[in-house]
Amino acid sequence: MDFLFDRTDKPSPAWAKAATALGLLALYSAVCFWIFSSSVGDWKKVWGYRAVFLNGWMTTVGISAVALVLSTVFGVGAALARRSAFLPLKYTAVFYVETIRGLPLMFLVLFGFYGVADKIGWNDRLPVGILILSLFSGAYIAEVVRAGIESVGRSQWDSARAIGLTPAQTYRLVIFPQVLRQTLPPLAGQFSSLIKDSSLLYIVGVSELTFAAQQVNSATYSTFEAYLPLGACYLLLTLPVSLWTKSLERKVGYES
Amino acid sequence: MKVELRNVTRAFGLNRVLDDVSFEAEFAHVLALIGPSGGGKSTLLRLLAGLDRPDSGAILVDGTALERSEESLRLYRRTIGTVFQAYNLFPHLSAMDNVVLPLVEVHGLSKADAAARADEVLRRFQLIAHADKQPGLLSGGQRQRVAIARALAIEPKFLLLDEPTSALDPEMTAEVLDVIAELRDLGKPIILVTHEMGFARQSADLVAFVADGGIRECAPADTFFSNPATPETRKFLEKILKY
Repeated sequence: MDFLFDRTDKPSPAWAKAATALGLLALYSAVCFWIFSSSVGDWKKVWGYRAVFLNGWMTTVGISAVALVLSTVFGVGAALARRSAFLPLKYTAVFYVETIRGLPLMFLVLFGFYGVADKIGWNDRLPVGILILSLFSGAYIAEVVRAGIESVGRSQWDSARAIGLTPAQTYRLVIFPQVLRQTLPPLAGQFSSLIKDSSLLYIVGVSELTFAAQQVNSATYSTFEAYLPLGACYLLLTLPVSLWTKSLERKVGYES
Repeated sequence: MKVELRNVTRAFGLNRVLDDVSFEAEFAHVLALIGPSGGGKSTLLRLLAGLDRPDSGAILVDGTALERSEESLRLYRRTIGTVFQAYNLFPHLSAMDNVVLPLVEVHGLSKADAAARADEVLRRFQLIAHADKQPGLLSGGQRQRVAIARALAIEPKFLLLDEPTSALDPEMTAEVLDVIAELRDLGKPIILVTHEMGFARQSADLVAFVADGGIRECAPADTFFSNPATPETRKFLEKILKY
């Protein structure tokens, strides 16, 4: 059974890896089938609601895409503001990042929607939800980007200045390309979190994917058949992001 | 070219790295700055490069005083070439793109003209075979030669080299010193901070000894090494030439 152990000094052969993966897949499927065989029945009922799922999934994709762009803008903005010499700007960024990172998303969604948006009469669920999600994710991206900028050595700034680049050119041509390469893996992880976190918007009634599954569940009373596609739909979004990250990690590496 | 310092002081906290330095040097090819670590050589070079400002005093290059605003210092920096100890190059760009970047972004050349100019300088330093490699794939000596090529490509008025060989092994040191000697023959004035005494003696017009916050002595290379005028210089040379 030595081939089941993958050690650095004695790697396990490729066939053993493939066989193990397939064997485990069969085993776990059998276990799941055994557990759920008694309760699984009515896929037909849920199939009737496929349009609800599709709509929900599309909304989740839309929310994620817009929030991805917005949170990047907030994150890069806050990271730059935090490095600013102008104190009001710097402290605003510190306050934003530290407060948001210290609060649960559930609180931000509830308070942002009922406490703030409602009060000022903004009742458009979708944009409010996207804004809250973007502010939340942006705070984490700000820290990733800040760490990335700080990891670029002083010699790079010196060289850029010696050449005569302006500060804006230095960021655009020298710093950000290096930050991007170094932060792509953590950023992709953050984007994957963003997709999953969008599920919390269901509590304020944004009709995204989780909300759709809830609806199907309450209409059909078939919990398992309503929630299993929910999980599958999220994996359909997050797994490609994760695979893409892995391939990026291999590709963008350059020796410095 | 001519450099002049008038009562220049630069302190970091309580440490007066340069303390009321006045100094004048006129030379055709190479001015070498030597001295112990922490003696102020690199600080002096950063002031001459317009990367840093003195706390007080004035710096004149060819008779023109350096202004204090960052904008005017940036314009000044665009007219000179500066090379540091290491990590001059941008690691995400190929050797070629490292040379092209300042030509296009700072000096307004078209991409084609910049590429042609970069091609020419890389060829001159036998680096054309490495044009498409990123710095991580080059040896330390090749990196410093690309950095010198980048500094030279903008056709600077003069070059400032801050210990360009101190991070290199002896073979690579020789290969970079060859390039510097070539620059000297091109007639490009060079101010060089170095620990390579043999090279300083052989190729510098003037050698300045920088220590304890000031310039202790400045003399033609031959006189400087064979007949040092101050006891500090004598002691320093004895120590480093012992082995």
